[in-house]
Amino acid sequence: MNQKSTAISSKESLISLYLDNLDLIKENSAETLNSARQSAIENFKLLGFPSAKNEKYKYIKVEPFFQKEFEKYFTPRCISFKIDDIFRCDIPSLDTHLALVLNGFFLPNKSMLVELDNGVIMGSLAEASKKYPNVVGKYYNSLASNEEDGLVALNTAFSQDGVFIYIPKGVVLERPIQIINLLMSDENQMVQYRNLIVADENAQASIAICDHTLSPSEFLTNVVTEVFTNKGANLDVVSMQNQHNESTQFSHVFAKQERDSVLSTNTVSLHGGVIRNNVHVLLNDEGCENHTYGLALVDRNQHIDMYSFIDHAKPNCTSNELYKALLDDQATGAFNGRILVRRDAQKTQAFQSNNNLLLTADAKMYTKPQLEIYADDVKCSHGATVGQLDMEAKFYMQARGIGEREAKLLLMFGFAHDVVKTIKIEPLRERIDDLVNRRLRGELSRCHNCPMHCC
Amino acid sequence: MLKVKDLHASINGKEILKGINLEVKAGEIHAIMGPNGSGKSTLSAVLAGKEIFEVTHGEIEFNGKNLLELSPEERSREGIFLSFQYPIEIPGVSMVNFMKTALNEHRKHKGLDPVTASDFLKLMRERKELVEIDSALTNRAVNEGFSGGEKKKNEIFQMAMLEPKLAILDETDSGLDIDALRIVANGVNKLKRSDNATIVITHYQRLLDYIVPDFVHILYNGQIVKTGGKELALELEEKGYDWIKNGEQN
Repeated sequence: MNQKSTAISSKESLISLYLDNLDLIKENSAETLNSARQSAIENFKLLGFPSAKNEKYKYIKVEPFFQKEFEKYFTPRCISFKIDDIFRCDIPSLDTHLALVLNGFFLPNKSMLVELDNGVIMGSLAEASKKYPNVVGKYYNSLASNEEDGLVALNTAFSQDGVFIYIPKGVVLERPIQIINLLMSDENQMVQYRNLIVADENAQASIAICDHTLSPSEFLTNVVTEVFTNKGANLDVVSMQNQHNESTQFSHVFAKQERDSVLSTNTVSLHGGVIRNNVHVLLNDEGCENHTYGLALVDRNQHIDMYSFIDHAKPNCTSNELYKALLDDQATGAFNGRILVRRDAQKTQAFQSNNNLLLTADAKMYTKPQLEIYADDVKCSHGATVGQLDMEAKFYMQARGIGEREAKLLLMFGFAHDVVKTIKIEPLRERIDDLVNRRLRGELSRCHNCPMHCC
Repeated sequence: MLKVKDLHASINGKEILKGINLEVKAGEIHAIMGPNGSGKSTLSAVLAGKEIFEVTHGEIEFNGKNLLELSPEERSREGIFLSFQYPIEIPGVSMVNFMKTALNEHRKHKGLDPVTASDFLKLMRERKELVEIDSALTNRAVNEGFSGGEKKKNEIFQMAMLEPKLAILDETDSGLDIDALRIVANGVNKLKRSDNATIVITHYQRLLDYIVPDFVHILYNGQIVKTGGKELALELEEKGYDWIKNGEQN
């Protein structure tokens, strides 16, 4: 039985939607998630949607997106199709452990939770918190800033499921894990889910997350992902967002790094109507290394909003940020990157760079690098550029016989490649290079073999 | 091959070239010398089709075609090659990708199929030896982080890949030490054939010890004021440009 409600999603109606469906929400989730809801909805009541007065959300008006009519489901809908028939990921040499999420609910292949021989657990977050309440309970909602961001609180109040990944102590996972988030519905739909990724001491893994829309309806996604890299762990997370122009996504990533751990996140926004990506990193002990990268390709009336916050709480950590945006037509974008070096975080090395390319006179980019340093023995730098295609470089290529259009494409591709080249999983890197190339040529905004027209 | 008739060109309304006449035939090497600001680089840029220069008068004919009607890329595909005085760095675009795209555009222009991956790599290897360019360089982005000498070698390497009919070397010797100069000049000489031609633009006679010209032209104040054989370069080296400047006044 499917239950659904139609909501006019302003703040009040979301709160009443929550109250009216609380039993259903709880029933289709698990205790750990349920126990966090009450205080989260209280927070949301207090905070509401982030407004333009909120410096973090200065260039995006959040509330109007929630005022549209969306269907909201609190039970997973029965799936009557075989997922292989509609979706085949086009990264042929990428042999992965695959996890699928459909409209915010984990989509089991055989079972809700897969446990590999080496102790790796992956599957439904709700299921995991029933089976491993201690593990999930220890980490779940311990990082997400429910008290500061109304959208995060809203997610905590409503989230019922998502993906859970646990890499046990010392395990080195050779094959990457791939999470594919699919949005598919005949109706306009709002989706809120939650991912939890834990790499325990000295564990190593690579995770690729792909977001796709498989039907032309409007989608509003509000997703929170919490990532823990414990002592000595090494984790690599690549997200690829490829959604159609009628989709809106708010993504909040919260990461916490423990001693001597390495975390790389790389968010490639290939396509999407409106995308907001928040990345919060807490360097919680000495010797951490963090890499935070972002690439956005936007055109027409699309908007990309990138926010990062790197919190150097402890000494001897390194962080390295590179964000790039390429904006065409009337597209708009914003970058707000904050680095905080706390008072005892001596010997910090923190670097941030944001480069943007405007292809038309109508495209707009707002960029705001922020560096707050309270320690006195650190090495930090930040910089932002907004520019146009290099005409000298274009002429240089033309002088070698390369046509004007091709020369421009090569320049744009080169600009984007700076970010793509940081992806460590080689087949994925090549695949994303290819997608970026075709995206720039206007040939493609969806994966090659996928029969669905996402965009 | 190349016929320049009474060429006038200006930038932002300021006339730089004031009536250039030049004819280059297949198999010839021409040197154009002249003091700073005489219009040498403007001449090479106009030949390559740089749009910021406006041709106000005159004609350029290249192998029977009106060069002024062609875009920079069409000129290149027709066989004109400009070796840049200051080669441009293009971050993110690999040498391999850049060169392959350029080569295939040239092939398409000639009605040929794109080069196969193995043929391309073979050609690259072969031509790299010609200019003694470090293999690692071609694995990098175009000119990114190259030293001055490496950039110039890279220009000649590209020339070797594209095999132009007319190569214009704009101050290829500037910033080169004597060893790099020899290598670059060697590369140019090896590429010399009876059916192609070279225009060497330079300040100094030094390069002409290695690339021996058939004709030397002296460009001053937007005009070719003197033309002679290779001995003219030596005379110029000895007497300095004041000789020309003062000569003008007399």
